[in-house]
Amino acid sequence: MKVEGQVRIPSGCAIAAVISKDGNRISGEMITNAMKPMHDRSNGLGGGFAGYGIYPEYKDFYALHLFFDQRATRKSCEAFLKERFEIVKSEIIPTRKIPEITDEPIIWRYFVTPLTSILVHLQLDEKEFVARTVMKINTEMNGAYVFSSGKNIGTFKAVGYPEDVGVFYKLEEYEGYSWTAHGRYPTNTPGWWGGAHPFTLLDWSIVHNGEISSYDANRRFIEMFGYKCTLQTDTEVITYIMDYLIRVQGLTLSEAASVIAAPFWSTIEQKTDIEDKHKHTYLRTMFPSLLITGPFSIVLGFNGGLMALNDRLKLRSMVVGEKDDKVFIASEEAAIRTMEPNAENIWAPAGGEPVIIKVKDGAF
Amino acid sequence: MLLNAKGLNYNVLNEYIRKATDDCNIVQCCGQRFIAAGMSGKSITIDGTPGNALGAYLNGATITVNANAQDAVGDTMNEGKIVVHGNIGDTAGYAMRGGKIFVKGNAGYRAGIHMKAYKEKKPVMVIGGTVGSFLGEYQAGGVIVVLGLNEKNKNIVGFFPCTGMHGGKVFIRSDCKEVKFPSQVTARPANEADKEELRVYVSEYCDLFDNEISEVLSAPFTVITPNSKTPYKQMYVAN
Repeated sequence: MKVEGQVRIPSGCAIAAVISKDGNRISGEMITNAMKPMHDRSNGLGGGFAGYGIYPEYKDFYALHLFFDQRATRKSCEAFLKERFEIVKSEIIPTRKIPEITDEPIIWRYFVTPLTSILVHLQLDEKEFVARTVMKINTEMNGAYVFSSGKNIGTFKAVGYPEDVGVFYKLEEYEGYSWTAHGRYPTNTPGWWGGAHPFTLLDWSIVHNGEISSYDANRRFIEMFGYKCTLQTDTEVITYIMDYLIRVQGLTLSEAASVIAAPFWSTIEQKTDIEDKHKHTYLRTMFPSLLITGPFSIVLGFNGGLMALNDRLKLRSMVVGEKDDKVFIASEEAAIRTMEPNAENIWAPAGGEPVIIKVKDGAF
Repeated sequence: MLLNAKGLNYNVLNEYIRKATDDCNIVQCCGQRFIAAGMSGKSITIDGTPGNALGAYLNGATITVNANAQDAVGDTMNEGKIVVHGNIGDTAGYAMRGGKIFVKGNAGYRAGIHMKAYKEKKPVMVIGGTVGSFLGEYQAGGVIVVLGLNEKNKNIVGFFPCTGMHGGKVFIRSDCKEVKFPSQVTARPANEADKEELRVYVSEYCDLFDNEISEVLSAPFTVITPNSKTPYKQMYVAN
């Protein structure tokens, strides 16, 4: 079977997300159910979820989720991890045997902290070290794949319909202050477990509906900075772009949104707010290779918040709604109504207009 | 006939509607696509949120939605009427060539994309609120009316309205001073003949949603039509 990287995948897809601005904990069951009315947007070849705040007892440790093809791979990968990290807990990720999900790899999680002596020796900060380790495993260790690597966040993904993937991973047993979800519709290749969304690096996670026309231009640029696009699915590159712009370059979320979904030059030209006009001119000039063209709607998850964004032409649908402390985002209003029948202020953000929701300080 | 859509697949729901001998009232609708696709001679009322492509290829049936509708409402519809008492998603009236769509609230991007007319058929879409970017993109025929009622703090149309328009007519209830149109269309204030035509569409809207017609028509309207002096021709090759 060909895996991604040998063949290219354009996709249809469904996305959904929920967040509590007060940091209240929400069961994973809600986001699993949200995917049900959007069933037909996926084709059973990939579903996944990211939950934030789900590991409060290990919140100071990086939670590494890994797929292994066989026991021997796990053994050698664990030996590799032990040379670099203190592992405070390692376990099989609990799953439920259901007929809808088959051919599962070996799925483990490790709560780790980098060895101080190694950090001092390499003169790297902790996050950079973890990111490099993830890249190293995913590019060099055949049969092992890190699909989640942040603190107090966990990604769960599989080949199957998203509502079944939620049942498979027993998401009703987790509680987080925010969740994102994805149902996949790859159209010209078999999906595989690693290729399902969300794509994550550290605490960044991306779920994406669409197809990036600028993928190769974006990939060539981002690979100059140490990122390795191992899957050749377009979504992966968005995750690395956001990590680069926000963590490495220090841009704000909305500035990063203005880079990847930059307004047309004609729209910038018409701006009457001079400062805003200069800012957009600057960002488009500084990062021309990180403009993402083609249709997309994405939800970016991070510690303490979510950002939803459409491509500048808005070639994919996305709606936002709210109720009390919660904000809901989805490809379709029906998904929001499933999570909260009485959701209010349902609206569709414009293309390139980021919707940023943050949990109030100290609540996560 | 009362149809509870809870948990029903769209094809099962449509089968019930097709078999019904009287009017249908769908309750607890949640995302079922293609409702009433291709149907004629029926009246359907929907409570809840209908899924994408509501009334696609509609051929004479009447659909009333009591809340919001999603994307691609009335996709390629031929005849009939769709009334939405809330907002509507992207690409409303996609390639419709007949019938009417009335929306009380706002429409998303690309409302009326590739709308067309055919012989005696002339589709009409009236949007009570505001619309997103690319209104009437590639419009080839028919009429789109945007009223911008109750939206004081928002632009009545987004960016790039009427891009690629080469037929039909758009009415916008505004002087459109801030709106930038492409050079291939003409935007001008509505004249008396335009206003007579407009009154027909607006009075039907006002009857449906209880608006005062004189108030709606008291504001300036801009009419947009293709500019025959700078048509879309020979864009690529001269043959």
